[in-house]
Amino acid sequence: MNQHKEVLYGLYDDEEVLLKAVRKAKSDHLDIMDVFSPFPVHGLDDALELTESRLHITGFIFGAIGTLTAFLFMTWVFTRDWPIIFGGKPYFSAPAFIPITFELTVLFASIGMVVTFYTICGMGPGVTNPTLDDRITDDKFCIAFDVTGAEAKQVDKLRAFLSSTGAGEVNAKEI
Amino acid sequence: MSAPVSAIREPLITGGKTYHNITEDICGPTERTPTTAWVIAFIVAVAGLATYVFCVGWTIWVGIGSWNLNRTINWGWDITNFVWWVGIGHAGTLISAILLLFRQKWRTGVNRAAEAMTIFAVICAGQFPLIHMGRLWLGFFIFPYPNTRGPLWVNFNSPLLWDVFAISTYFTVSLLFWYTGLVPDFATVRDRAKGLRRKIYNSLSFGWTGSAKHWQRWESLSLVLAGLATPLVLSVHTIVSFDFATSVIPGWHTTIFPPYFVAGAIFSGFAMVQTLMVITRKVLHLEDYITVEHIDSMNKVILATGSIVGVAYLTELFIAWYSGYIYEQFAFYNRVMGPYFWSYIGMMSCNVISPQIFWSKKMRQSIFVTFVMSIFVNIGMWFERFVIIASTLARDYLPSSWSYYTPTWVEIGLFVGTLGLFSTLYLIFTRVAPVVAVAEVKSILKSAGDQYVGPEVARKHAEEAHHEAH
Repeated sequence: MNQHKEVLYGLYDDEEVLLKAVRKAKSDHLDIMDVFSPFPVHGLDDALELTESRLHITGFIFGAIGTLTAFLFMTWVFTRDWPIIFGGKPYFSAPAFIPITFELTVLFASIGMVVTFYTICGMGPGVTNPTLDDRITDDKFCIAFDVTGAEAKQVDKLRAFLSSTGAGEVNAKEI
Repeated sequence: MSAPVSAIREPLITGGKTYHNITEDICGPTERTPTTAWVIAFIVAVAGLATYVFCVGWTIWVGIGSWNLNRTINWGWDITNFVWWVGIGHAGTLISAILLLFRQKWRTGVNRAAEAMTIFAVICAGQFPLIHMGRLWLGFFIFPYPNTRGPLWVNFNSPLLWDVFAISTYFTVSLLFWYTGLVPDFATVRDRAKGLRRKIYNSLSFGWTGSAKHWQRWESLSLVLAGLATPLVLSVHTIVSFDFATSVIPGWHTTIFPPYFVAGAIFSGFAMVQTLMVITRKVLHLEDYITVEHIDSMNKVILATGSIVGVAYLTELFIAWYSGYIYEQFAFYNRVMGPYFWSYIGMMSCNVISPQIFWSKKMRQSIFVTFVMSIFVNIGMWFERFVIIASTLARDYLPSSWSYYTPTWVEIGLFVGTLGLFSTLYLIFTRVAPVVAVAEVKSILKSAGDQYVGPEVARKHAEEAHHEAH
């Protein structure tokens, strides 16, 4: 994964210009490597034809694990491992298990989803991912093309595309 | 084109900001040397924290006997403070989660600081149940871990244990939610920094790049976490209220407690957010991001929840009379006319009567009135918990064991100390993290910035159209 990539990127000043450029790139069948922005741009997912995130499914699975863990564990403790009568209630007093079951469902789902999110995004404490420009987290919107080993003609075509769609700056960088 | 919600809606970002202005204005304060005001505030806060450490040490060294609790009144300032702090810790997640689901844009200006406040308030709250156990070093007994005593498990049917799970889950989820929101903003700070500072923020930003796919997942994660946190925030104070409601003490054993506690929690939480916001926006010059509109909206929430709480107080009195149950009737007679009548008066006047001033728009938009009212509400909600806990316990079934309770200096020191702990954490937060969610504010700029929307802009458009017509 640590192969060096040559990247050609254009910086745009406005997200609406960026969206138009992305749509045009798609209709011209240009292969965009990635798009970077300082905040989530609405409509960008559709323009890039990104598939819907399946993160919420992970959340459901982790939540279900939490539900089962909590409920089955309490049931096992109070009916098998160490049955105690509290206030004359039955050993298996399901309604009293509901609050903890709910809390652990939320806890498992949240932790599971957050850990999954950082893992699939390749992020975590101390991780350094290469960035193209410091202004991308400030006020610039960026379209990046992977031009590793590309012919000069192809690079020129992409460069022309970026300038013609409104990129204020077009740069190349090795990451 | 992100269309404005309504042309006449007041803008939420004023001053004609650009994206770069937003970054500068919000990240700037973390990059400058602290102001004298901050240093003085920090010294005071740390003195409070030192008081706290000393009083905890004293409690452990001397024992719980250093408090004035007795056989009759066995919960006093400790649990009052616990419930008060947990209640305050409800606003942040309410603002960030419920208002996210309701697509309320004004949330973006205040959610970061409110969530930070939530986390710090829950930290303060968590201190009290631990200290009041007396033997603090055995605090881990509350968790169901395999042990050599059987293993003997904890009582999963006890609301006190539900509390352990509720508070620790709430703390964890709030922290994750808050930090996930902070990651893109830490990346912004990182990209402005150099040297060691850049290394530190690089670590804190988890290697965020701002890729479109990451933003898509980030939004999905935020939405699902909000969906999970919404029932969670409602469950936490519900479960705290179970500590009282599932007992057989007259005055506690009521089904109204869960909704009444939740409304009270939101009420006190918003009051604390107002206290902090009014100061923060002024000191950090964030008036363009935390506008009078934001303060107005939060005052409306305070008015609504304060009135709900008021209705709950009256309902309790009515039901006590209507039940025909003499012990219940006595419990409420005792609250209003008993030895702690003064705390009942404090509660009623601060929580129910004074917030009615917010029916007036002028009052809602006055910074001074907002600040004074937020302090009133904080005091009133502390009294509410004291009324419920101490005045109820003071008069139990046996007149021979009736009692009265005043705190010792240790108990007062613990309470003042947690204010120090809270302030210390909040002051550090304002130095290291952007106190307004930078990325989220940028995302609403075109639909809520004053150069794009608002009555002024609408009027200008109308005038232009008028000129064109001629």
